[in-house]
Amino acid sequence: MRKPIPTALPETPPHPLPPAASEGESGTLQADVGKPDSAKQRTLGFVFGIAFGFLLQKGGVGKYEVLMGSLLLTDFTVMKIILTAIATGMVGIFAMHSLGLVKLHVKPTRYAANIVGGLIFGVGFGLLGYCPGTGAAALGQGNWDAAAGILGMIAGSHLYAELSNGLASSILTWGNRGSIMLPDLIGMRLRSFLIAFVPILVAALWVLHLLTG
Amino acid sequence: MESEGGAWSPYLVGVLIGVLSMATFYFSDKPLGVSSAYARVAGMIARLFSRSHVESRKLYQDTKPKVEWEVMLTLGIVLGAFVAAWSGGELTGQWVPAMWAERFGDGLGLRLAVAFLGGAVMVFGARLAGGCTSGHGISGTLQLSVGSWIALACFFIGGALVAMPMYGR
Repeated sequence: MRKPIPTALPETPPHPLPPAASEGESGTLQADVGKPDSAKQRTLGFVFGIAFGFLLQKGGVGKYEVLMGSLLLTDFTVMKIILTAIATGMVGIFAMHSLGLVKLHVKPTRYAANIVGGLIFGVGFGLLGYCPGTGAAALGQGNWDAAAGILGMIAGSHLYAELSNGLASSILTWGNRGSIMLPDLIGMRLRSFLIAFVPILVAALWVLHLLTG
Repeated sequence: MESEGGAWSPYLVGVLIGVLSMATFYFSDKPLGVSSAYARVAGMIARLFSRSHVESRKLYQDTKPKVEWEVMLTLGIVLGAFVAAWSGGELTGQWVPAMWAERFGDGLGLRLAVAFLGGAVMVFGARLAGGCTSGHGISGTLQLSVGSWIALACFFIGGALVAMPMYGR
């Protein structure tokens, strides 16, 4: 599953659909299965983390008030950052993929787990006021209550681990569709879908900007 | 309506996070994602008590209890946010957020207890859903994963269902 990063353009033509489309069938986190990360990888992870944390803090999303405002629909900073990141990354990553420069990592769709887990996540997010990434950023900028949230996340992960064998054979199998993508749902080709969808995201951001300043 | 926001434009930050995603795909062959880091740390702690029990758990079989890329990413986030806050004069050094204190008082015990509980519930949901606001909300959605778009919507629906009654809206 883990290949060296291609350093030159491969000979094969770009795929209309990603070859990664069936990668996610086996595990919860397909990227986690395989060899341990090298020291170089871990160093890169740290460097990317510094950049990510820097951006999250400059974006204001280490702040409790901004994150809670996104749930109370009084502050749209989070929505603007997420939608802009999605639109930018979508264009960039599919462009790089069509040139054979990157592999996709499409998480498997499991309807029951995505919905139930997503709602449970939201409940915890509302109580804590930070999410897993912004919680680390909040701690970095000096919001010490985020440390209690991080301890809670470590404890909650272990609770999940205790139940994970049972969950893997029940709810995680319900509505498991593998790594399906939005264009698959409506039977569109990836490229045509992107040509329609990216402008919709940009238009949504524009409307959001006009409405909220 | 913007209550606070950040030092930089959210659109600039969004574009740069999108570019950062491209960089992690290209250089590390990994999507941005944070929540599994906490699972790895949990497994490392639990392994101190019983290695065989940890090895029997499905979560720790899939997400090995080791200092891997996501753990380093998460440590980096703490440092990067510190540098950003320090450079912008935004270090807070606060135990209880002002908005919380206004509504629930500045008692430390209540805030830390709810934060701990919230963190535990949130990450349980993240593991079940298969990712968090980064892994599903940015990396998954930008790859058009159906489950990621569903999860992202559910994160905010669940969050609003709790936040609105908490703050009487």
